[in-house]
Amino acid sequence: MTGPNGAQAKIEVQNLNAWFRNNHALRGVSLAVPANTVLAIIGPSGCGKSTFVRCINRMHELVPGAHQSGHILVDGQDLHGRGVDPVDLRRRVGMVFQRANPFPTMSIVDNVVAGLKLNGIGGNHAELAERSLQQAALWDEVKDRLHHSALSLSGGQQQRLCIARAIAVGPEVLLMDEPASALDPIATAKIEELIRELREHLTIIIVTHNMQQAARVSDATAFFYLGELVEHGPTEQIFTNPKESRTEDYVTGKFG
Amino acid sequence: MAVKKHTDRTYEGELEELRSKLLTLGGKVEAEIAQSMRALSERDSKLAELVVGSDREVNLLELEVDESCRRLLALRQPAASDLRFITTALKIVVDLERIGDLAVNIAERAIDLNQSPPLRPVHDLTRLAQLCQAQVRKALDAFVDADVDKAQAVIKDDDLLDALYHNLFNELLALMMEDPRNIRRANSLLFVAKHLERLGDHATNVAEMVVYMVRGTDVRHPHSRENTGQP
Repeated sequence: MTGPNGAQAKIEVQNLNAWFRNNHALRGVSLAVPANTVLAIIGPSGCGKSTFVRCINRMHELVPGAHQSGHILVDGQDLHGRGVDPVDLRRRVGMVFQRANPFPTMSIVDNVVAGLKLNGIGGNHAELAERSLQQAALWDEVKDRLHHSALSLSGGQQQRLCIARAIAVGPEVLLMDEPASALDPIATAKIEELIRELREHLTIIIVTHNMQQAARVSDATAFFYLGELVEHGPTEQIFTNPKESRTEDYVTGKFG
Repeated sequence: MAVKKHTDRTYEGELEELRSKLLTLGGKVEAEIAQSMRALSERDSKLAELVVGSDREVNLLELEVDESCRRLLALRQPAASDLRFITTALKIVVDLERIGDLAVNIAERAIDLNQSPPLRPVHDLTRLAQLCQAQVRKALDAFVDADVDKAQAVIKDDDLLDALYHNLFNELLALMMEDPRNIRRANSLLFVAKHLERLGDHATNVAEMVVYMVRGTDVRHPHSRENTGQP
């Protein structure tokens, strides 16, 4: 599958099905994500949004009784192909969760470099940490207390610390599962601005139940319902003139 | 298939109220056109004065529609068809209010003309008035029924209206050249014709917005889009 200008898509999902034992959570999902774009995934609770992103960094298979079929390609390479190391994959495809989860016993700077150490990445860790914290728009707020506990930060700052940790290891893709749903509007705005900046170097998929957030930050939006991909298109089109009536009903609040 | 309603009943009610206000406004200006043309043809200055007086209600309705739209945009973050409906409302309320103003202008001309003896009947004026009224009615029907075919018929018939106006212009010019004593009255009728032609343009604007509201496609200014690569 190629993008609009003929370039290969960064991420390509082909007929993905996923199960939790007998629960068919994702049904025949296919889509492509061009490099350096933001894809928002929207849909009601239980529609398969989180399951979908967890397939992309092979976290789905870690759940007992979970299985899947279909193909997921990153830069044309099948994630389940021979020679693909899941641990290295999760470095290339980073993830940020709904609840910030900094390593509680570590300092701010140690949190950022933890991934570097775990992945055996050499180089000047202090410099790499500073760069990641700069990229996560957190450096100015923490530069004078790098050795303080990560838990001394506010919720929004902890989330940006987790983003710094994820990007320190040099990922190409960042998956974000409702990254701002626990944050106040100002912290949310900072995360959204960060997403816009990160887009220059990364490809981002963000799951969100907040439609206005999807409208603000993404280039394309995919609407999931009951495990199916109902519609996928440019964000402006999804929110002004969607093609599917189910999408129309969801974005206008006629669902249920 | 039942039309789906918004889960939020209050929101559903607010949208319905906006629709209802627009339709009331449309109905009022439609009536104003009919009354002003009757005031002209039947030389009824009292009726004309009623039309002038009814402008106040039309203006107040415009203010209410704008206020409702602003409120909905601020508080509801509307999307898709709701967004298209509200932005359409913001635009067509201007056209409807202007239609009302033009009907008032016609009524004022009638009051002026009724103070002089009548000119001989000008048939094209009646035909132009009938066509303009029909355009306004059809555009409002298209809005009520969310009917793109009706809207496109209005857009198409605007050419007919323009052609009628040009014929009428020539007819009135001939009247003026026939006898200088006709000039003042024929000139007033020319103004009426111009008001009707402008009124027809506003009906076309409404129809174009209805197409956008239903389809999400902006069909305005097709000639300006040529050679720009815009769809």
